[in-house]
Amino acid sequence: MDDVRVGVFICHCGTNIGGFLSIPELVEYTSTLPHIVFTMDNKYTCSEVGLTEIKNAISEHKLNRVVVASCTPRTHEPLFRSTCKEAGLNPYLFQFVNIRDQCSWVHMQNREEATEKAKALIKMGVARAALLEPLKESEVEVNPCALIIGGGIAGMTCALSLANRGFQIKLVEKEDQLGGALNKLYRLYPTHEKAIKLIQTKSEELKKNPEIEIFTSSRVKDVKGFVGNYDVTITHVDREKLVRAGVIIVATGSEALIPTHMYNYDGKRVVTQIELEEVLRQGKVGDKKSIVMIQCVDSRNEERPYCSKVCCLTALKNAMLIRELNPNTQVFVLYRDIVTQGTVYEDYYGKAREAGITFIKYQPEKPPMVEERFVTVFDELLGEELTLPSDLVVLSTPLVAHQDSSELGRLLKVPVDKNGFFLEAHVKLRPVDFATDGVYVCGCAHWPADVGESISQAYGAASRASIPMSVGRVKTEPLIPVIDEDDCSGCSLCELTCPFKAIKVEETEKGRKAKVIAASCKGCGACGAGCPQRAITMRHFTDEQLLAQVLPLSEVKT
Amino acid sequence: MTTVQNFEPDIIAFLCNWCSYAGADLAGVSRFQYPPNVRVIRVMCSARVDPTIVLEAFIRGLDGVMVLGCHLGTCHYMTGNYYTERRMKMTKNALRKAGVSPERLFVDWVSAAEGERFASLVKDFTEKIRKLGPLGEETELIPQEFKTHLVATKEVLAQEKTRWLVGRERELVDEKNVFGEKVSQEEFDRLILQKIEKEFSRRKILLSIADASLSVKEIAQRVQASPQDVLKNIVSLEREGIISVTGIDGASPKYRRT
Repeated sequence: MDDVRVGVFICHCGTNIGGFLSIPELVEYTSTLPHIVFTMDNKYTCSEVGLTEIKNAISEHKLNRVVVASCTPRTHEPLFRSTCKEAGLNPYLFQFVNIRDQCSWVHMQNREEATEKAKALIKMGVARAALLEPLKESEVEVNPCALIIGGGIAGMTCALSLANRGFQIKLVEKEDQLGGALNKLYRLYPTHEKAIKLIQTKSEELKKNPEIEIFTSSRVKDVKGFVGNYDVTITHVDREKLVRAGVIIVATGSEALIPTHMYNYDGKRVVTQIELEEVLRQGKVGDKKSIVMIQCVDSRNEERPYCSKVCCLTALKNAMLIRELNPNTQVFVLYRDIVTQGTVYEDYYGKAREAGITFIKYQPEKPPMVEERFVTVFDELLGEELTLPSDLVVLSTPLVAHQDSSELGRLLKVPVDKNGFFLEAHVKLRPVDFATDGVYVCGCAHWPADVGESISQAYGAASRASIPMSVGRVKTEPLIPVIDEDDCSGCSLCELTCPFKAIKVEETEKGRKAKVIAASCKGCGACGAGCPQRAITMRHFTDEQLLAQVLPLSEVKT
Repeated sequence: MTTVQNFEPDIIAFLCNWCSYAGADLAGVSRFQYPPNVRVIRVMCSARVDPTIVLEAFIRGLDGVMVLGCHLGTCHYMTGNYYTERRMKMTKNALRKAGVSPERLFVDWVSAAEGERFASLVKDFTEKIRKLGPLGEETELIPQEFKTHLVATKEVLAQEKTRWLVGRERELVDEKNVFGEKVSQEEFDRLILQKIEKEFSRRKILLSIADASLSVKEIAQRVQASPQDVLKNIVSLEREGIISVTGIDGASPKYRRT
C-alpha cells in the first residue's frame, strides 16, 4: 500500500457547501491525512473546469485514487467515475464524500460543527479510498430474442414493435386466443371504436410476421438464467417446451374485481361494468328505464387504497352508449370523485354531462343501498337522501392484480407491490424496467392503465428491451462477491440467501463450492454478511473498506 | 456510574444506496436540519451490514449505530432487508448479553421519499444516545472487562453456527423444512438466544486463556461463572481441539487456547 496516492477535490458547490462550511479549513485538514499527495478546492467540481482539474491532477501528480467531497454519489458518481476513466484511472478507484446533502444542507446553523463533521467524512472517505481496488466489468452476449408473457393489447403491441425491428419473439398467452381483457370489452373510450376490431388488426399482423412465434393456452413454468440468456420452460396443456430468450417482458395484465357480497351483486340485476359490456354488445338495454352505476366499489378503501383510474371513464363511456341505444333510459352515476385527467378525457366528461347523465356524489361513510327495484343514496351536494328507480345496477370495480402475479414475480426475480402489481425499478428514471436487468413491464400488470396507456407503455418496454438486443452484449456488474474456495464449506446458505439466484453451489475437485454467476448478481452483499465461514468478500464493499470508515470522532481529531 | 458533562454522542449510520441514503439526501435537498452527530456510511443494501461490523463499531468506541434500509417489501434487492431485520435482531440480543443497551443499535426503514422522517429519526436517536450516555454507561463492568465482553460478542456473531442459524431463520419460521416441520418464532428466538448465551460463555473462556494458561478455577474467577459451567465448556472445547492442557498446577490442569 506504500504507493497509494490520493487526490482530494473539495467542492464549494457555489455557496451550497462553501456558504456553510469552512472550505479553507477542510483543505488544510485534508492535506495532513495519510496518502494525500494533492488537495484542492473547486467552485464547482462537476463543471468542465473542475473535471479538467481532476484529469490534470491525475496525470501531474500520478494520483491513483481520487476523492471528491461534494454532493451525492446518487447523482454525480457516474460523472466523476467517467472523468477518472478518461484520465486513465480505473473508475472504481474513485471515492465520493457527501458533504452537501448530508452535511452543509442539514447543519446550516452550525458552521463549526458542520465543518468538523465534514473533516470526519473526508477522513473516512480517504481511508476507504486507500483500500479501493480496480475492478473490471466483463461482458456477456445477448440472444436477440424476446419472450413476452401475456398476449393482451400490451403484449401484442410490444411483440409487433420488437419484431418490426428484426428481433425474434416468443409470445406466451394463457388463454386460447390473443386479446386479453379486450375480448371482454365492447367499445373503447374515448373513440368508441370496437375492441374486437383492434384485436383482429393486431392479431392478423402478428400472425403474418415470420419473426413471431405464438404460444396460446400456455404458461411460464420456470425461468433460469440471466439477462442475455434466459432458459424458459413453457407448459402447453400437459406438454413442456424450453425456449431461449435474451430479454423478458411482463405484459400479463390484470382483472376486474368480482364484487361478491357487495351491493347484492348477482351478475343479473346487479352486474359489473365488464358484464354490462356484454349486454351492450348484444344491444339489450332497450327495455330498461333506469340504470344506476356505482363508482369506487371496493376500492379506495383500507384494503385496496388505490384508484383504479379506468373505471370513471368506463362508466362514462357505457352510460353514453346506453343513452345512444335508448335515449329514454335514465342513467345515474353515483361517484366519490370523477377522475378524468387531461384535455381529451375532461372533454369526454363534458360530453357525458351533455348527454343527460345524472351524476350524484356520495360519501364513502354513507354508501348507497341497493334494493330490489331502487337504490337509495345520500347526495353529498344536496345534503339529502334520494331514492332512484333502478332496473339494473352496474358496479364499477377496480382492476386487481392476478392471483398468480407474485408467483411469476418470484420466477423472474422481480418484485410486486402490496397490491400485487409489478413494481418498476424507478418510477421516473426507469418506469418500464425492473431492477433485474433484462426484464421489463408494460400494461396493467404494472398498474391499472387504459388501452392508450398500455400501448404507450408497450412501445416503451419494446424500446428499452431492444437496447441490450441491439448492442448484442451487456456489461456485468463488477460489484460482485468473491468466494474463497478454501474457506467455503459448500453449505448453500448463500445460494438460499441470494434473491437473484446468482450463487450456485457446484461439485468441484475440492468438493461442494459456491460459484458466483456474475451476470445475475446485483451486488447487494447479502450473501457475504451472512456467510457462516466468512468465505465471501464483497467487492468494492469489503469488510476492510467498510471498517476503514468506522472511525470514532476521537480518531478524527488527532 | 459517572455523569459525563457536555457529552456529544458519536454515531455512525449504515444507509442503503436506494432508499435510506436517498432519504438522507432528500432531507438535505429539503433543508431539514438535524444534529451533526451522525456520520453516514453508504452500502448498496442494508443486508451488507455484517453483525460483526456493528460490534466492531462499538469496540472502537462509537456510542450508537444506525442501520436503515428500504421499507420491508420494497427492497431494491427484493428480500435484502428481511435478512437485515433478522440479523440485527440477533445482534441486539448479543449486545444485551455483552452488557450494551440494545437501544444503541437502531434498525428501521426509510424510503427515498422520507427526508423529513430521516431527519427526525436522526434527531430522536441522537437524543436517545445522549440520555444513555457514552458507551459503557449502562454497565457495571470495568472498562477492560467490558471490552472483553464486546470482543467475545463479536466472536459469537462471527461464529459459524450462529450465522448459519440466523441465515436459515426465514426458511425455518416461514416455510416448512424437508420433513414438513415448521418452527414457531418463539421457539426460534429461544433457540438462538440459547445459542448466543452458550457461545458467549465459550468465547469469554477462550479470551481469558488466549495468552495465559489458567486452571478451571482461575478461569471461573475471570469470567465470573461457576466452575461447573466452565468445566463443561472446557471439556467440549478440549474435545474440539480449540484448547489444550499446557501443564498441571497441583491437582488441576491448566488450559490455553491453541
